[in-house]
Amino acid sequence: MESLRVLIVDDEEELVSALVERLNLRGFDARGVTAGVEALAFLEAQACDVVLLDMKMPGLGGLEVIRRIKDLDPSLEVILLTGHGSVKSIEEGMALGAFDYLMKPVKIDNLVRILTAAAGGKRPEATGGEGD
Amino acid sequence: MLDLIPEGPPAGGQPEKDEESLISRGRYRRILLVAVLSVSLVAITPLLIMTGVNYYQYEQAFREEQTRPMVRFVANGRLALEAFLEERAAAMRFVARDRSHEELSDSVTLSTILEDMKASFGGFTDLGVLDAGGTQLSYAGPYQLEGRNYRDYPWFQEVTRQGTYVSEVFLGYRDFPHFVLALYREMGRGDGFVLRATVDTEYINRLVGGFLAQPGGDVFLVNEDGILQTPSRSYGGVLERARIPSLPYSPQAEVLEVDGRLVAYDQVRGSPFTLVMVSPEGALRSGGPALRRNLLVFLGVSVLLILGVVISGSTWMVGRAREADLARAAAYHKMEYQNKMAALGRLSAGVAHEINNPVAIITEKAGLLKDLLLLSETLPPKERMVDLVDSVLRSADRCGGITHRLLGFAKHMQVQTETIEPEQLLREVLGFLEKEAAYRDIKIEFDFPEDPPTIVSDRGQLQQVFLNIINNAFAAVDNGGRIQIGIIEVEGDAVAVWIQDDGVGIPEEHLAHIFDPFFSTKKGAGTGLGLSITYGIVQKLGGEISVQSEVGVGTRFIVTLPRGKAEM
Repeated sequence: MESLRVLIVDDEEELVSALVERLNLRGFDARGVTAGVEALAFLEAQACDVVLLDMKMPGLGGLEVIRRIKDLDPSLEVILLTGHGSVKSIEEGMALGAFDYLMKPVKIDNLVRILTAAAGGKRPEATGGEGD
Repeated sequence: MLDLIPEGPPAGGQPEKDEESLISRGRYRRILLVAVLSVSLVAITPLLIMTGVNYYQYEQAFREEQTRPMVRFVANGRLALEAFLEERAAAMRFVARDRSHEELSDSVTLSTILEDMKASFGGFTDLGVLDAGGTQLSYAGPYQLEGRNYRDYPWFQEVTRQGTYVSEVFLGYRDFPHFVLALYREMGRGDGFVLRATVDTEYINRLVGGFLAQPGGDVFLVNEDGILQTPSRSYGGVLERARIPSLPYSPQAEVLEVDGRLVAYDQVRGSPFTLVMVSPEGALRSGGPALRRNLLVFLGVSVLLILGVVISGSTWMVGRAREADLARAAAYHKMEYQNKMAALGRLSAGVAHEINNPVAIITEKAGLLKDLLLLSETLPPKERMVDLVDSVLRSADRCGGITHRLLGFAKHMQVQTETIEPEQLLREVLGFLEKEAAYRDIKIEFDFPEDPPTIVSDRGQLQQVFLNIINNAFAAVDNGGRIQIGIIEVEGDAVAVWIQDDGVGIPEEHLAHIFDPFFSTKKGAGTGLGLSITYGIVQKLGGEISVQSEVGVGTRFIVTLPRGKAEM
C-alpha cells in the first residue's frame, strides 16, 4: 500500500520539521510548509491525502486556507491544529469541512490514528480529539 | 498571545471610596433634611403670612366695630352738653340785653330775675352783676357778696377779654360742686358790666349720666388737668384726679385703648370740660380669644398635615433614590467583577496559546529524539541529537520568557510611582500584541521623539490604560489595518501619548458617551467598562484623556500625563 501523503502547515518551522520527520519515520509521506500561501501553492502542484493545518498564522490564517483548499478540492481532508481551544474558530473550521481538530501539543499516536482515519474516509467516532 | 489583561482599578482605589461616600447613610440623611426643610418652608411660609394677615385684618375690623359707636356716642354727648351750656348762656345774654345796667345793679330786681331763671331753666344757684372794675354791684343768692372786688381773679380777666366764660367745677362755701357761667356786656366808651351765675352741677351730672350707653361702662367729665368734674363709677369722685392716663388734645372725638377698655373722649367747646366715655371691661377682648384660638387650631392642623405629607413623601422618595443607587452600585460591582473574570479568561486563553506553541515544539522534538533512539537500529549522529536538544532548550526558554513577562506584568499591578519612559512602556505593551499584529497583518508605526521624555507615574496603571486603548484600536481596524502611536511633549510640563487607528471610527452620537460606564457598541461582546475604567485611571494619575473620531476614517485617543516629580 502506498504511503499516506500528509501536508503539515504551521508557522513554527521547528514544529513542522519535527512532525514531518516523526510521521515519515512511521511510514507517512509527510511534507511541511510554514505559511498558508505556500500550502496552497504546494497543493496546486502536487497530490496530497490529508492536510494538517494550524489555525493561527501570519498572512493567510487557517480559516482562509481551509476555505481555499475546499475550493480547490472538496474531497481533500483537512485536520485543524490549534494552540488553544477557541471554540468559535474551531466551529467555523469544522463548518468549512474540516475532518477533525487537534490541540497542541499533539500526541503522535493520536495524530497517526486521526490521519489514518481521515485518509480512509472514515470520520472519527468522537470529535474533540484532545492532545491525548 | 495575550489579547487582554484584567481591567479595573486595584482594590481600595479612589473610585470605590467615592462610591461608598455616594451611598452612605449620612448623605441621604442630609438630602432628606434639605428636602424636608425646603419643601416645608415653601409650603408653610405662605400659610403663616396668610394667617397673620387674616388675623390682623379681623382685629382691625373688630376694633373698628367697637370704636365707631363710641365715637358717635361721645360726639353726640358733647353736642348735648354744648347745647346745655349755650342755652344757659343765651338766657343770661337775654337778661343782660333786656335789662338796663341800672336795673341789674339793683339786688331786688336781680333776685326776681334769678327766680325766673331757676323756674325756666333750672340749675342756677345765684346771680351777680359786676362793674368793669370788678366790683360786685348787686347779688342775688344765698351769700352776701355785694361790694366784693374780683378784679384780680383769673375768671374776671378772662370774661372781660373773651365775652363769655365757663369755669371748672369747684366746691363753694356750701360744699357742693358747682361751676360759674359769666358774660360781659359792652356798653361803649370802654364801659360795660359782667353778669355772673353759679350753676349747680346736679343738672349736668344727670345729663352726663344719661349718656351711659353700655352697662358696665362709665361716663364723666374731666377738666384740662384730668380732674373729675362729675362723679364716675370707677375712676374716682368729683374733683379727684381721674384714674386714666392723660388724654392728648384732639379737635374731634377720639378713642384710646387703655387696659383693654376703649376710652372715647371729646372736648366740650367753650368750656374746660372734656366728655369721657369708657367701654365695659373686656368689650374689646370678647371677639379676640375665640378668633385667635380658631386660627391657631387651623394653623396647627395645617402645619401638622403639611409636615406629615412632606416628611413621609420625602422619606419615601429619598429611600427609593437610595435603593436605586444601591442597586446601581451593586450592578456596577457585579459587572466590574464579571469584566475582571472575562478578562482573566481571555488572559488565560492568551497564555495557553502563547505557551502551547513552544510546548508543542518541545513535545515533537523530544518525541523525535525518542523515535530516532527507538526506531533506528543505530544511534543517531551526535550532532543530530544535540540539534534536537538545543531546539528543546530554545523552546523551553521561550516558555520561560512568556512566564517572566506575565510575572513582570503582575508585579506592576501594585500601585507605585516610578520614573517611566513612556516610549519603553508602549513598546512593552505592544510586546503582548506583536503576534496578533503579525497574524492580522496590522502595521504598527511609531512617531517617538529622538530624546525620549520621562514621567513619574504608576507603571502598572499606565500599562492597563495603553493596553485598553491599543486593544480597542486592534478591535477597530480590519486585517491589514494601520495603527500609529506617538509621543509629544506638551506645554505645561506634560507628555501626551496619542494612539491612532484607521478603523471603523466612532459615530458622533456615541463620542460623548464612550467614557460612560456600561456604554458599549459591541452588542453582547463588551461590558462597556473598559474605557470608563481607563478614564478613571487617567484621572487618578492626574492626566486627561480625549478622543477624536470620524466614521470610516479612524479614531485617535490622546492621553496627556503630567511629568510628575521624581521621588527623593
